[in-house]
Amino acid sequence: MNPFQFYRPTDAHHALELGSAPGAQFLGGGTNLVDLMKGGVAQPRRIIDLTGLPYARVERLADGGVRIGALVRNSDAANHPLVREHYPLLTQALVSGASAQLRNMATVGGNLLQRTRCSYFTDTSFTMCNKRVPGSGCAARDGFNRMHAILGTSEACVATNPSDMSVALTALDAVVQVQNLSGFRSIPMATFLRLPGQTPERDTELKPGELIVGVDLPANPFASHSIYLKVRDRASYAFALVSVAVALDLEGARVRDCRVVLGGVAPKPWRALDSEATLRNSELDEMVIGRAAQGSTSGAQPLTYNAFKVELAQRAVGRALRRAARI
Amino acid sequence: MVSTTLHINGEEHHLHLDSRVTLLDALREHLGLTGTKKGCDRGQCGACTVLIDGRRVNACLTLVATVTGRSVTTIEGLASVDGLHPIQEAFLKHDGFQCGYCTPGQICSVVALLTELKDQTVSTVTADVRQPLSFPATDEEIRERMSGNLCRCGAYPLILAAIREVMDGTVQQP
Ligand SMILES: Cc1cc2nc3c(=O)[nH]c(=O)nc-3n(C[C@H](O)[C@H](O)[C@H](O)COP(=O)(O)OP(=O)(O)OC[C@H]3O[C@@H](n4cnc5c(N)ncnc54)[C@H](O)[C@@H]3O)c2cc1C
Ligand code: SF4
Ligand code: FES
Ligand code: FES
Repeated sequence: MNPFQFYRPTDAHHALELGSAPGAQFLGGGTNLVDLMKGGVAQPRRIIDLTGLPYARVERLADGGVRIGALVRNSDAANHPLVREHYPLLTQALVSGASAQLRNMATVGGNLLQRTRCSYFTDTSFTMCNKRVPGSGCAARDGFNRMHAILGTSEACVATNPSDMSVALTALDAVVQVQNLSGFRSIPMATFLRLPGQTPERDTELKPGELIVGVDLPANPFASHSIYLKVRDRASYAFALVSVAVALDLEGARVRDCRVVLGGVAPKPWRALDSEATLRNSELDEMVIGRAAQGSTSGAQPLTYNAFKVELAQRAVGRALRRAARI
Repeated sequence: MVSTTLHINGEEHHLHLDSRVTLLDALREHLGLTGTKKGCDRGQCGACTVLIDGRRVNACLTLVATVTGRSVTTIEGLASVDGLHPIQEAFLKHDGFQCGYCTPGQICSVVALLTELKDQTVSTVTADVRQPLSFPATDEEIRERMSGNLCRCGAYPLILAAIREVMDGTVQQP
């Protein structure tokens, strides 16, 4: 680990000033950053611990939605009564991730910015990784890419985004609230995480030095028919091979509105728009579910070792739809 | 370098350390509290589990500077003058270990697990997160909630038996 100065500011403006120095990096729960520092992947010269900032509350918004502060721990976000009652999909996604210990440490802001688990990225003994060393090439493309993406990839990078929480936030139309030295701005989840294109080193639309202060969840009609389904190599404490967030607004068997978002298959949560189009305004029966499931991976481009993800994702969508609709 | 005041097992410690030091290394290398174990050092095994303000965390990913002013409980802090903590007794009675390396982390984790159940928190195997948790917690709930503590010796069935015994005595039906 390289040496760094440590600060723990108690107001956001001070944090932003400290964060504007070259080599500065914010610290939430540290479960990703400290791990990457131990591996030499991240080498900040200045660490700004954010946990003293007043952004650790969950509160109701005037328009009926809920704001989750960026410093709320994953376990507290998952168990907050407002989240459990109105956004059970988010609760399920959060508690499916990591372990009880890690969820007690991890913050909502840090979870949004956690980096890929591509082993060629996390292990610096591999020289090729465009995300870690821009222009060096992509070792995963011709390497062991079982965990990698089948959708939204580029020639430069085929890594997946590992966050379970972000899949649910995408399905819930969440909006990321950001603060910088000149004020505040909002970034919808749909565009917050980026596809790699030619610049895989940039994971998100956040600019250097900007602070995430919270995530807003708009009111929605999905709470009684939503499911986060995660498929992984072991029953717990493992990242998703494939996951799916399904949210339905049902009138009898008719789908008034829906979201189908896949995790573990793309560089960002992947909204299965074809599936949603199939479902919207349809009567939910086995035929519609089958068509929606099949359409969820349209455009997939599997790599050498991850073609299994296509069928796995489709089956997961089918099962999640049946469970969400309780049929 | 950072200066930090830590409250560990009820005692105050003033330390002046490299900012890179984790809570795990501060405990083991600077304070002589070697009960907390280092397995993976990367958040993947739970051997380093300690309680901060009563909540279980991985000490290996916690920079010690972030713990300033908070209260830490390690395995050394669980027993009292009257004897072992009930969870320690239950692990002994049920032989909830083989080599013992994961045990301090397992036991600290169980202390927090019992609080989390009392607080009605949910897990990924909870059937309906919009409903209150049903008691007594199932074996499946306990296994899931303990998944952050690996045991290389595979003592899981006996660890579960120890937890069951302590839990069925302490967790009241709501
Ligand atoms: C063994 C292991 C298993 C895991 N399994 C899963 C899993 O199954 N599913 C899953 O989703 N995740 C999993 N995780 C990842 C975990 O969820 C993330 O590490 C965690 O959410 C990151 O949050 P943090 O607060 O600890 O982030 P930190 O490590 O503190 O920060 C991460 C990044 O975010 C930046 N940052 C933090 N907060 C802010 C802010 N407010 N504004 C601007 N920048 C900020 C930091 O500078 C850093 O770059 C696992 C992690 C480990 C170690
Ligand atoms: S997939 Fe992306 S993160 Fe992995 S080696 Fe290729 S460029 Fe790096
Ligand atoms: S030593 Fe901390 S989790 Fe393994
Ligand atoms: S008793 Fe040996 S690792 Fe658990």
